[in-house]
Amino acid sequence: MGIRSVMLPAAIAATLCAGGVARAEGLTVGFSQIGSESGWRAAETTVTRQEAKKNGDTVKIADAQQKQENQIKAIRSFIAQGVDGIFLAPVVATGWTQVLTEAKDAKIPVILLDRDIDPADKALYLTAVTSDSVHEGQVAGDWLVKAVGSKPCNVVEIEGTVGASVAANRKKGFDDAVAKDPNIKIIRSETGDFTRSQGKQVMESFIKSVGGKNICAVYAHNDDMMIGAIQAMKEAGLKPGQDILTVSVDSVPDMFKAMMAHEANATVELTPDMAGPAFQALNAYKKSGTVPPKWIETKSTLHTSQDSDLQQIYDEKKNLGY
Amino acid sequence: MSGAVHTAPGATRRLPRIPRAALPQIIALVAILAIDRAVSPGFFDIRMSGGRLFGSVIDVLNHGAPVAMLSLGMVLVIATGGIDLSVGAVMAISGAVAATLAGEPLAITIGAALLIGLVCGIWNGILVAFLRIQPIVATLILMVAGRGVAQLITGGRILTFSAPGLSWFGGGSVLGVPAAVVVTAGAIVVTGLLVRGTALGLMVEATGGNARASRLAGIETRGMTVAVYAWSGVCAAVAGILAAADILGADANNAGLYLELDAILAVVIGGTSLLGGRFSIGLAVVGALIIQSMNTGILLSGLPAEFNLVVKAVVVLAVLLAQAPRLRRVFARSAAPPKATEPAPARQQGAQP
Repeated sequence: MGIRSVMLPAAIAATLCAGGVARAEGLTVGFSQIGSESGWRAAETTVTRQEAKKNGDTVKIADAQQKQENQIKAIRSFIAQGVDGIFLAPVVATGWTQVLTEAKDAKIPVILLDRDIDPADKALYLTAVTSDSVHEGQVAGDWLVKAVGSKPCNVVEIEGTVGASVAANRKKGFDDAVAKDPNIKIIRSETGDFTRSQGKQVMESFIKSVGGKNICAVYAHNDDMMIGAIQAMKEAGLKPGQDILTVSVDSVPDMFKAMMAHEANATVELTPDMAGPAFQALNAYKKSGTVPPKWIETKSTLHTSQDSDLQQIYDEKKNLGY
Repeated sequence: MSGAVHTAPGATRRLPRIPRAALPQIIALVAILAIDRAVSPGFFDIRMSGGRLFGSVIDVLNHGAPVAMLSLGMVLVIATGGIDLSVGAVMAISGAVAATLAGEPLAITIGAALLIGLVCGIWNGILVAFLRIQPIVATLILMVAGRGVAQLITGGRILTFSAPGLSWFGGGSVLGVPAAVVVTAGAIVVTGLLVRGTALGLMVEATGGNARASRLAGIETRGMTVAVYAWSGVCAAVAGILAAADILGADANNAGLYLELDAILAVVIGGTSLLGGRFSIGLAVVGALIIQSMNTGILLSGLPAEFNLVVKAVVVLAVLLAQAPRLRRVFARSAAPPKATEPAPARQQGAQP
């Protein structure tokens, strides 16, 4: 019995090692994904698979169903499998020191995707690939400043969930950008909880409290709320995209549909391609030992209804799982 | 007995139509509407836009419809001493089913969505009535799992549709009244007639009051329990259809999220005890309207978003305190001139038999 209890784990370890050794030329990466709570996250998972395929790498995806303990378990199993690198989309900012130290001891680089963590020691991860949500707000604000020119413009703002850092950052970036222009005034600001139905309800109340004619532009912290707001404007007999300018953040496929119908003006992209830069950094690190900067910022591309490639982007995004 | 005798004449003298028990809710609703009018001068303005009534009051009715639908089912469940936490998730499932089948004939789309709600309700009812699982636990199962089921149906994305039949529930109207309001009003009338026009309501109350005594008196209490959960499931399915039609899409992640709590709150504001044994459909609907007039008022007021929940909490607390038996007794004593009226009912009481 004594022997058997030693033999069994040893046998498992051996199989796992064999699995790790018998890999092809590309790297094997373990990706601990938070879950699939939003369309964007589903798209991120799909893009990660595509990127791995493109590079000839292998990616093993573990869905944590919004639980940190599942992510920690997944990372431990990736370490046991001897992967070349670990991608982690952390569900929370704290509590990672122990498991990341284990990865470091096993000499497996960890790259954070989409969200940052708050570790005591920054050396616990190689780099973090995230977007800058303050910058996203700025891009949206800069577009509006350009679009209205010297005309006076009353803006209503549909905020994300109160207390969400993304909402606070997108607000700050936008507010700072339009503050430079004295013509632009933010007259109302309410939370739409990042959902279509709340976005619609908030816009309805804006139209009633300040009057549709007095609103020149809407800024929403995400596209879903804007899609709801567009519906509210249409139901009130207004023409979104023409009577009222719209700018929002995310670039979900439905927003491209709205822009093609000239019912929306602009959207700032939060790219689901966090894995692309991560694979690049990991490959460079593995092959030539190049240490990437601690933060790799993804691009916040602006798409407007004037663009000619809307249909093409829509077709590309449609199948990503948004 | 003596209480009933001496409140009845007082109530008829002061306010002939509204029963005394309904006063706190009616006063609360009127007060909130008055505040709404104060923060938004155009609150009661109604005009036609695109063949449909348009105005803040219409918004209150239109957006209050899903919670009113939920409370319609919830009030009966609570009357049996149970609770249904799964209604939000059932909304998400029925919305997802309706959106998936949006291209089919309307009868199939709606029929399938209602059927799935019925099945969910019967599932809850069987867990509670036959397997004797406590209602809060039994319905918690579907509350958690149901949203996952909805996500599986939609594939985790927002399923949009443009079929005219299903869209009618969101953008359509009957004589200018939004379809969601018409559907909900219809459901209120049907439910009211079913439970108060027949003995069903009494049987529901009896089941909640004392299940064993009711069973011995010949009431099929287990059947009643399954029936109220099934009805709650159907009501939630209707709410799910309304919510999906409102945004022309099924959002499995957010449709009906936390609305079970709003529905319970509406029922409680309506004065129905969570212990079961009595209920009021009308007041539960008034409760739903109170919640929505408050939400709409907050949005109209332009108050910073951070204050929303605090304002809500204060209003709900005020409404519930106004109903608390102890405080009502205190108010009743200080409101009536103490020496003049208190002997009077005593004399009446003595004179009547």
